[in-house]
Amino acid sequence: MWSAAGASVSRRVVVTGFGGITALGHDWKSIGARLRARESGVKFMQEWASFADISSKLAAPVQPYELPPNYNRKSMRSMGPVAVMSTRATELALEDAGLLGDPVLKSGRTGIAYGACAGSAEPTVAFGRMAVTGKLQGVTSNTYMQMMSHTGAVNISVFFGITGRVIPSSSACTSGSQAIGFAFETIKYGKQAVMIAGGAEELSVGPTAVFDTLFATSRRNDAPTTTPRPFDKKRDGLVVGEGACTLILEDLEHAKARGAPIHAEVVGFGCNSDGAHITQPQVETMGLVMQLALQDANLKAADIGYVNAHGTATDRGDVAESIATQTVFGRKIPISALKSYFGHTLGACGSLEAWLSIEMMREDWFAPTINLDELDPNCAELDYIVGDGRKLSVEHIISNNFAFGGINTSLVFKRWQ
Amino acid sequence: MATLDVYEMLKNTLVEQFEIDPAKVTPEARLLEDLDLDSIDAVDMIIKLQEITGRKVSPEDFKGVRTVGDVQKVIEKLLANPPA
Repeated sequence: MWSAAGASVSRRVVVTGFGGITALGHDWKSIGARLRARESGVKFMQEWASFADISSKLAAPVQPYELPPNYNRKSMRSMGPVAVMSTRATELALEDAGLLGDPVLKSGRTGIAYGACAGSAEPTVAFGRMAVTGKLQGVTSNTYMQMMSHTGAVNISVFFGITGRVIPSSSACTSGSQAIGFAFETIKYGKQAVMIAGGAEELSVGPTAVFDTLFATSRRNDAPTTTPRPFDKKRDGLVVGEGACTLILEDLEHAKARGAPIHAEVVGFGCNSDGAHITQPQVETMGLVMQLALQDANLKAADIGYVNAHGTATDRGDVAESIATQTVFGRKIPISALKSYFGHTLGACGSLEAWLSIEMMREDWFAPTINLDELDPNCAELDYIVGDGRKLSVEHIISNNFAFGGINTSLVFKRWQ
Repeated sequence: MATLDVYEMLKNTLVEQFEIDPAKVTPEARLLEDLDLDSIDAVDMIIKLQEITGRKVSPEDFKGVRTVGDVQKVIEKLLANPPA
């Protein structure tokens, strides 16, 4: 019997559920097939044509998805698109874990760690209009609930009746990875038995404008599927993506007691910050975060068989990340970047990349970085997986993410057998 | 707005904005118990009625309101005053 009280022994944490809404489908079978087919989710955004000031007209929107009848006016009134996706991805993950309707969800022993760059765009516009016109037109009781940064986390909580702790992890590109890391620690230290962990991002022109302003977006508007190009000599920036992904993390004993499917074990989490520059990555602290995760997992660099890179395809980011990775592992370690397929799903990427990395470990096959035709000589020498991917059987993988403001995260997962 | 128009407008709002089954909307229907509306829905109903009537509505106007018929009476009272 699981009990939280006075838990002094560090607990083992396993992943028992996955759920995602993505540009390449909403289950591993569909997504895995598309990764094997080297299929990009990037499209030219005709609807952005009128945004003359924005150079990049590319994005990777999610594929259409259906909502079951329990998504009605009352259950959705406080949700914008990002919260809807967060909730639906969570429902799929709970279903995968066999926990939908389980009393543990409402027992206080289940919590949530979830994030995104921000809440939804449309309600933000309503408040922006008010600031300009002085009129509250379009503002309702739920406008703020859809706009706030923890909209995903609390809408999940309300929708499923979760009564444990809520940890909003809205830290832009590390929202999803921090969620997994904080959820891992929450269970490890006996505070919860189950954690819903993930991140999401709805598509809007705003984030593209953010990176466009920094000259960090790809402008290959006439050849959408040839970009982004992580680590490639001819990369010209990132493409913004869309998605949501939830992992169900669970105390190993709790999972065993109910005969849950176990997909992998979470064994290490590192999180630090650069404390240096708001946008410019720092090699030293990026490397340090990987070492922190290895220490947390009580592993050596040699124990890791695959690195899932953040790989945004920005000029400086890829160089810094590759050098940091080379420094830590000291060898040509197999590495690939899923953003070459999904674009940069921002708040979602940390959890999406963790999910797919675990699936690839379970299949003994790792997807290539597409569009990586010629390695940028400024990037460090690593075993960049290209072509048709790699058959590879490994015990441990590491997934890295980095966010604006210099937040770094590193997660280590162990094969479950 | 005639009495009937007010009722029709109210019914339309309940059906369209709050997705309530039209068959459930009667003058006697209780907002909370029968139509499953709650405090946050009440706020949005006030916002909507302000839009439609062009009158500033205060929460005090809705004190004691329990049924669809009660809301109708409040709106009629508001409409008797000149627009804000």
